[in-house]
Amino acid sequence: MDARITLTVNGDKRTVVTDPQRPLLDVLREQLHVTGPKYGCGEGRCGACTVLMDGRRTLACVVPVGSADKKTITTIEGLADGDRLHPVQQAFLDEGAIQCGYCTSGMILSAVALLNENPRPTDEQIIEGMNGNLCRCNGYTKIMNAVRRAAANIAEVKKP
Amino acid sequence: MIEKTATEEKVNSKCFEFVQEAGLSRRAFVQLLGTGLLITVTEGISIGQRSRGGGRSIAVAARVHLNRDGTINVMTGKVEEGQGPRAQLSQAAAEELRVPVDRIHLIMSDTGLVPDDGITAGSRTTPSTVPAVRQGAATARELLVRLAADRWKVDAANLNVQDGVITNKKTRQTISYADLAGSSDVAEAFKQSVSSDVALKPVSEWKVLGESVARPNSRDILTGAHHYPSDVVRPNMLYGKILRPPSYGATLQSIDLSKARAMKDVFVFRDDQFVGCAAPSSFLASQALEAVAQTASWRITPQPSGKELFSHLKEHARTGGRSSPRTRGSIDSALASASKVLSETYTLAYVQHTPMEPRAAIAEWNDGKLTVWSGVDGPQRVQGDLARAFDVPSDRVRVIVPDMGGGFGGKHTGEAAEDAARLARAAGRPVAVHWTRAEEFTWAYFRPAAVIECKGGLEANGSLIAWDFTNINAGGSAIDTPYNIANTRILSAGSDSPLRQGSYRCLAATGNNFARESFMDELAAAAGADPLAFRLAHLENSRIRTVLETVAKHFNWAARKKKVTAEIGVGLACGTEKNSVVAACVEVHVDRKRGQIKVNEVCEAFECGPVQNPANLTSQVQGCIMMGLGPALREEMQFEDGKILNASFARYLVPRFEDVPKIDVHLVKKTDIPSAGGGETPIIAIAPAIGNAVFAATGIRLRAMPMQNALRRQLA
Ligand code: FES
Ligand code: FES
Repeated sequence: MDARITLTVNGDKRTVVTDPQRPLLDVLREQLHVTGPKYGCGEGRCGACTVLMDGRRTLACVVPVGSADKKTITTIEGLADGDRLHPVQQAFLDEGAIQCGYCTSGMILSAVALLNENPRPTDEQIIEGMNGNLCRCNGYTKIMNAVRRAAANIAEVKKP
Repeated sequence: MIEKTATEEKVNSKCFEFVQEAGLSRRAFVQLLGTGLLITVTEGISIGQRSRGGGRSIAVAARVHLNRDGTINVMTGKVEEGQGPRAQLSQAAAEELRVPVDRIHLIMSDTGLVPDDGITAGSRTTPSTVPAVRQGAATARELLVRLAADRWKVDAANLNVQDGVITNKKTRQTISYADLAGSSDVAEAFKQSVSSDVALKPVSEWKVLGESVARPNSRDILTGAHHYPSDVVRPNMLYGKILRPPSYGATLQSIDLSKARAMKDVFVFRDDQFVGCAAPSSFLASQALEAVAQTASWRITPQPSGKELFSHLKEHARTGGRSSPRTRGSIDSALASASKVLSETYTLAYVQHTPMEPRAAIAEWNDGKLTVWSGVDGPQRVQGDLARAFDVPSDRVRVIVPDMGGGFGGKHTGEAAEDAARLARAAGRPVAVHWTRAEEFTWAYFRPAAVIECKGGLEANGSLIAWDFTNINAGGSAIDTPYNIANTRILSAGSDSPLRQGSYRCLAATGNNFARESFMDELAAAAGADPLAFRLAHLENSRIRTVLETVAKHFNWAARKKKVTAEIGVGLACGTEKNSVVAACVEVHVDRKRGQIKVNEVCEAFECGPVQNPANLTSQVQGCIMMGLGPALREEMQFEDGKILNASFARYLVPRFEDVPKIDVHLVKKTDIPSAGGGETPIIAIAPAIGNAVFAATGIRLRAMPMQNALRRQLA
């Protein structure tokens, strides 16, 4: 049975009538045309579909949309402040941490979630926090550098 | 049924639309990039003509188009899938047109708009397409200078071009490319062919090439604004799912489509073995497909399984005929006279590219014309394949490849495009087919498995005098030994591959180099020599010597070799392929109890001639090292009775952040040869260097990739 589900996506209130079992990822991509979150595996093993749900890092491919009702979703499209990139996006740009870029949206959102929880992560904590995200271009080295740089920049901004 | 949304309009405005009323013979199109630019390409300029990345000549207009705002459209058939051609080819054009790189707008991989530069593969962009684009741009610049000279009635030698402005050095009179854009004499001049002997800027004068230019559309990728092939939406589009056999070789005997047909909004189609369902959501299409799949009956044919893979390959090895060995000297007598002979067999498992973006395509038919958006390496090749599959002339098929998710050699074919086109034609609506991860794992192709047989003969003084090397099934790339050995016999023998196999980053070179460089290490040990000294003693190729010596110096080979323990080992390897050279030193930690190999550090030196984009090349080398770690240690397709047993990221373990070693990359400078591509060869040194390091620590020689599995078997 279809259900009426309300989501706030990147600040916009959106209502869909759909099967509540449908993955959140499908609804975002196919119904709301928010295509930043990507499909990579559909089994919670690659992180390409990472979004923030009520601020928490969430794999949209394994979350039935029914359980996202009344939740707030942030995707890569909602990170920048107008023309100003989010510090994590900016760090990826500065480090050149994209190859094909297909994993990038998930990488950035995982990094944002990580840095929200722990603004000064050690390398071990970055690895632990990012380990669910796969990059098959294998650009891990530069992505690590980007996360380190973002952490440093955020720390810099937050200094009194 | 599907509402038109803001996003969808954005997608469409980013595409290039054929002018609908234009006849087929008059190729004309409007480019809508927010600036409302109009390009018309008239009859007589064959833009689809095959340039082979530099071979046959094309019209300048097919390569270069001036816009009134001072930007320049440059057209290429190459595909951007993360390896950097968008930046690199923009640099190439900017260099020869004498404009800043951001003035170049590169139009890529759309068979309706661009020349055929050949498939994006084999590291050919740098040695073939960069020169082709440079020649196109340089010819355009010369034509424009000549036009200005004619207008001013002066000698072209008096004119100078900088920043897209042509200046008369004497009178200081100027005219810009923007001023010339759209004029009829430019249109006339650009009908001329690209000159293959136009002078190109020498490396010493490069201003734009050689710089670390970022990917031009980086920002769109970082903000999610870029639409990958799997993101493209067309009005009224459905999502399609295709019925797959339960095992390789199975054929459909009967199926009942009625249950799915009864589902609201679902379209079901069967044409012999092809069964597909399409619906307004992929969720619904999957439900419909499940409903029909349950009613299908199949005829199963027996298939070889993984446990008999290597015996199967050996049994079916095709020696003789076309696969006759290349020989030098007399291998048999050299082996007979050698004081020591080693003979070993190496094996290589099938592996998969597992690109993050699985195959995806959107197909749309209009008046018998097919347009496909898909993530494929060869748009023109797939255009031809689709034309044949649907029996339409190829000028009625247009293939567009938006910058796509990485392929690594795995996206040469257009399966999803064909699936989508078949369903779209039957449904009478655009259909998108996005392969699932399991489909990608099962129905794409694999890097070939191999059995590699090596024999080597040493003289009493430790010099290598005999080399016998046979690769069964994986192919002949980098099969020749770069070492100086008087008697050799080298053979690449085909076989019967149980799984569908195809290209992969550096393809057979990885396996050949793994076996060769591991076996060289075995021979060095047998000769009682240091692995580095043993290689250098047999190596004349100065480029390989340089990278080997560079990496040994940076890694501090001699000192670190002395510090090897039963747990910490160091190893090295080198090689050459596609006109570039590589050497690597690694340090590994071997945990015998858990049968685990952890790579702590990789130091790699790479040289591919003049570097055109250092930051991008560094990414490629780092990416190759990490990608190479997977098949070296863990990746292996498991299959039984025609079924893949590990078709998921949960059971097929690709490298993750936790696997990243300390990586130290050295790009060796060399400017007196043409540039070669760098996106593949850096992968070939990593596996043998790891194996050699494991041997140094444990004395255990691992002769199978993946090596972690091999280590566990040996320790068991
Ligand atoms: S697509 Fe969700 S984790 Fe891979
Ligand atoms: S950049 Fe291609 S998958 Fe990460």
